[in-house]
Amino acid sequence: MIEVVDCPLPASFQDAGRPGYRHLGVPLSGALDPEWLAIANALVGNPPHTVALEMRLLGPKLRAREPVTIALAGEFSARIEDAAGQSHPAANWRSHTLAAGDVLAVGSLRSGIGYLAVHGGFDLPAVLGSRSTYARAGLGGIDGRALRAGDSLKVGAPQGLPAVAGATGIPLHLPHAPVLFAGPLRVIPGPQRDHFTDAAWQQFIGAEFTVSREADRMGLRLDGPRLTHARGADIVSDGVTPGAIQVPGDGRPIVLLADCQTVGGYPKIATVIGADLPRLGHALPGQVLRFAAVTQAEALAARRDAAHVLATTLAAIAAPGPALDLDALYSANLIDGVIDAN
Amino acid sequence: MNPRLLDLGDGALTLEFGDRIDADLNARVIAARDALAAMLLDGISDLVPTWRSLTVHFDPLRIDRNALSAQLLQAAQAMPQESALATRWRIPVSFGGESGPDLAQVAQATGRSEADVVDAICATELRVFLIGFLPGFPYLGELPAWMHLPRRSTPRTAVPANSLAIAGAQAAIYPWQSPGGWHLLGQTPVRLFDVSDAARPALLAPGDSVRFTAVDPHEFRRLATAVAAGECGRDDWLAP
Repeated sequence: MIEVVDCPLPASFQDAGRPGYRHLGVPLSGALDPEWLAIANALVGNPPHTVALEMRLLGPKLRAREPVTIALAGEFSARIEDAAGQSHPAANWRSHTLAAGDVLAVGSLRSGIGYLAVHGGFDLPAVLGSRSTYARAGLGGIDGRALRAGDSLKVGAPQGLPAVAGATGIPLHLPHAPVLFAGPLRVIPGPQRDHFTDAAWQQFIGAEFTVSREADRMGLRLDGPRLTHARGADIVSDGVTPGAIQVPGDGRPIVLLADCQTVGGYPKIATVIGADLPRLGHALPGQVLRFAAVTQAEALAARRDAAHVLATTLAAIAAPGPALDLDALYSANLIDGVIDAN
Repeated sequence: MNPRLLDLGDGALTLEFGDRIDADLNARVIAARDALAAMLLDGISDLVPTWRSLTVHFDPLRIDRNALSAQLLQAAQAMPQESALATRWRIPVSFGGESGPDLAQVAQATGRSEADVVDAICATELRVFLIGFLPGFPYLGELPAWMHLPRRSTPRTAVPANSLAIAGAQAAIYPWQSPGGWHLLGQTPVRLFDVSDAARPALLAPGDSVRFTAVDPHEFRRLATAVAAGECGRDDWLAP
């Protein structure tokens, strides 16, 4: 059992989300950065899509009621304080075993988002196949709401590998922190590119945009040049997806994220490719974003590259212990975590 | 307009049949959805029918985009079946008063009596065009032309769950409390989304038809209590 001592900012439980229910109006949800979720889980020996805590800006303070092994994926400034009041920094990108009574202060976060995974995962009921929190409809997590002080978190039974390397007791760690690619976000034009003037398109791929304060797990509203519609700003609603960039009547683009609705009534000028969705999830207010158009072939190659990089990263974590099968990780498709519906 | 394919990034394709709200277009969308589902393709996660298009979410590492495009265009040729399989629902609604705070205003704006508005909406067989916006949220249409009103100039920050609302040619029921700018006519005791029924969490499906029946506040409370106690459910709302 883990007790939430303090939780000043919203934190949510996330796994691979709820694919297969979008025709019922249920958002996909799931980790904004599934790659870092997989890393956090690998650091405690869990399968890659095990539910973990997703945090922005500032993490909670947690007290272990029993020994528990955790790991932080992200640039946190965490500290562990034992029952005697002795405190020491808790490094990121490695596992830590907390004794009963230890307090983990996750602290502030320099990366946009970060994950806390626990060996065995958090013991939460699956709702429509996922433990991801979707507060607007009260789905997943703890009673469908954000984490708060006073919550007690049950830890699940371990399903994956041990959280330490073999019998050595050496904590699992990632030798080199992952690097978020800093180039423009790659997009596929459309599906409503033809609803915009050519001048608006040139502005879209040539200009810098700044993430406004209206930014959450549903989407990011951007400041920058206003994009002019060629054929009006309303369409009869059609399907949307995380990464789609819709432009309402005021010309300010909104980039949709994991908790976005399933359909939308604004024209979408372009859609961020799957390989760039994880780093899009790290965007914070004030951050500058640029966009670059790519082809479907380039997008597919980028997905393959991302899957390979992640598989290599996860294999490096496991290196102190028994070697992992790289090919098996690669073919397990850790990037999307998409499962078949029906 | 021939069906055409639109790129929604590298993990989704939209098969577009048209750009307007039209029951025949919507029936073609549902027919294409059924035809594609019958192909049992590997690597597809979601098939999302909308008013006028079908969006297919897929994993491009598991299914070839060009092959999928060809199959989508093939599915687009599917002809709508007779609606024998679509379910017909009777949804009880308590109109006006606390349940429908905008009924009087709607009556005034349309130049009819409140009773006329209620009678007209209950006399209309409404089609479920799509489920979207919120889990289980049905977009229903089409309302009689005289009832078409623009949205409220100031949206409510919290529309109560189970509210029946109208805007333009459309009607909807909010399964959850949510912000909303539509006109609230009444409230239903019917549960539109139930996560405990993982196989069929949404009551309504695209292509279904819905008629509303007026109940008084006393009957509304009796039914709401029965729903909460699990004493009535899905089968009780089927049309006889």
